[in-house]
Amino acid sequence: MMEGSDLSIFAKKKPQPMASTAPLLRVEGLTKRYGARIGCADVSFDLYPGEVLGIVGESGSGKSTLLSCLAGHMAPDAGRVIFDTAEGPRDTREMSEPERRRLARTDWAYVHQNARDGLRMGVSAGGNVGERLMAVGARHYADIRTTATDWLGRVEIAPERIDDRPSAFSGGMQQRLQIARNLVTGPRLVFMDEPTGGLDVSVQARLLDLLRGLVREMGLSVLIVTHDLAVVRLLADRLMVMKGGRVVEQGLTDQVLDDPQHAYTQLLVSSVLQV
Amino acid sequence: MTDQAYNFAYLDEQTKRMIRRAILKGVAVPGYQVPFASREMPMPYGWGTGGVQVTSACLMPEDCLKVIDQGADDTTNAVSIRKFFQRTAGVQVTEATAEASVIQTRHRIPETPLREGQILVYQVPIPEPLRFLEPRETETRKMHELEEYGLMHVKLYEDIARHGQIATSYAYPVKVEGRYVMDPSPIPKFDNPKLSDNAALQLFGAGREQRIYALPPYTQVVSLDFDDHPFEAGKAPHDCDLCGAGESYLDEVIVDDAGGRMFVCSDTDFCASRQAVGHRGRLSPEEV
Repeated sequence: MMEGSDLSIFAKKKPQPMASTAPLLRVEGLTKRYGARIGCADVSFDLYPGEVLGIVGESGSGKSTLLSCLAGHMAPDAGRVIFDTAEGPRDTREMSEPERRRLARTDWAYVHQNARDGLRMGVSAGGNVGERLMAVGARHYADIRTTATDWLGRVEIAPERIDDRPSAFSGGMQQRLQIARNLVTGPRLVFMDEPTGGLDVSVQARLLDLLRGLVREMGLSVLIVTHDLAVVRLLADRLMVMKGGRVVEQGLTDQVLDDPQHAYTQLLVSSVLQV
Repeated sequence: MTDQAYNFAYLDEQTKRMIRRAILKGVAVPGYQVPFASREMPMPYGWGTGGVQVTSACLMPEDCLKVIDQGADDTTNAVSIRKFFQRTAGVQVTEATAEASVIQTRHRIPETPLREGQILVYQVPIPEPLRFLEPRETETRKMHELEEYGLMHVKLYEDIARHGQIATSYAYPVKVEGRYVMDPSPIPKFDNPKLSDNAALQLFGAGREQRIYALPPYTQVVSLDFDDHPFEAGKAPHDCDLCGAGESYLDEVIVDDAGGRMFVCSDTDFCASRQAVGHRGRLSPEEV
């Protein structure tokens, strides 16, 4: 691999924001093929607690495939995904399905690009936020409602809209609601697939601001997939650039964006429209 | 055509064996929806094709059959299904709950307590309690498999959020033996407590959906609720206007266009037998 030298350069400069030295998520040689074509190939990285890792690349570069494999929505063909569970590091691929699904609704969260994929459109905002609570056994209506109201406040949705359905919400509100619904059980790892896609710039800015606040406040580890370099510049500590299913460059966000080494990254950075 | 052209109770023996296997599996795993190869029946879907097939598989020549529709023995659905089995099986029929060995029901459990040895067959339109929350059947099966029933409470949450109380008044979801969440068919929630610890064998047949499930005698069935909004079995706060019963489930009948109404037992057999021994209600005819 030509870019192997780049990787070793930046590997030394991995930031470790928290005192904890054990990675929350360790990915080793993850590969997913669609028949003869490659979805993503030989992806390896560590994600530390409290760290935000951005994954950028053009459409079809394997970003979403990678995220789906990590989140357990798709089964990878090879590699290991080791998550630091309460009982110690476990390979999620070797977990039983009930265990993996329990993880997905407690320690993990998944924010879809399209809020409609992540919300129940026929259920009120409060019900959407409360669903994860009820899924882990909350059976006290007043408590669930109090928590839901609190979370709507934290994502800047007026509490009196708690009984409205998401279909009555604007796109930005739907996305914020989806985030509240995912974070309500206090996950440790959040997967985000283009969370700002399809939103206009001012709404995007507000959402990013909110996300940044929540991530810092809750000490979340985040894997964020996007093609928008401005989003990763704002949110991500570290960056991974993908092309054709492979990681071509990774390092600190500012380093990669200000001093791109790989030809493709240079192209990507120079393609950003300037206002 | 002569009725002898049909096998006993209409269905052929192989079909009945197939249905009995599904029933046995259902009894072995209470509350679990067993798929079965539902047959075309000489009646439309929605008229009780699932219940009829289960009844057909259970009937024996010495059985005594009762058919009720919303508690009544004399409505179209009940009358036609009863006639159907009279013609094709030649079994005895009755309207008295206590005399029947097999009771096919639509949307009610009889008021008279059932006894051991009786079979109660329910007609089920939609067996999947999670259907309207999660439309994907593959996903709901997985949820049953992994016992992920948080979503069922989302429905109850929505009820309270919108109506201030759990407004679901029929097809109220229940949990069977602490395991499977089950749709008890559209019986009023007034009947839910009778599902639990019942002496009779309860079988549920959904023809269009091709599912059979069962509650063996004395199965524990718990209606889902919230800690601060417990389950309540509700009924209209009246007495029966014909027999004066205060504890039975009531139908409301509009009697004129000036707001006049009466409440009568939905279980006609229960009401008639009470009237026969002299009970009187508010609107009972004057005694002569």
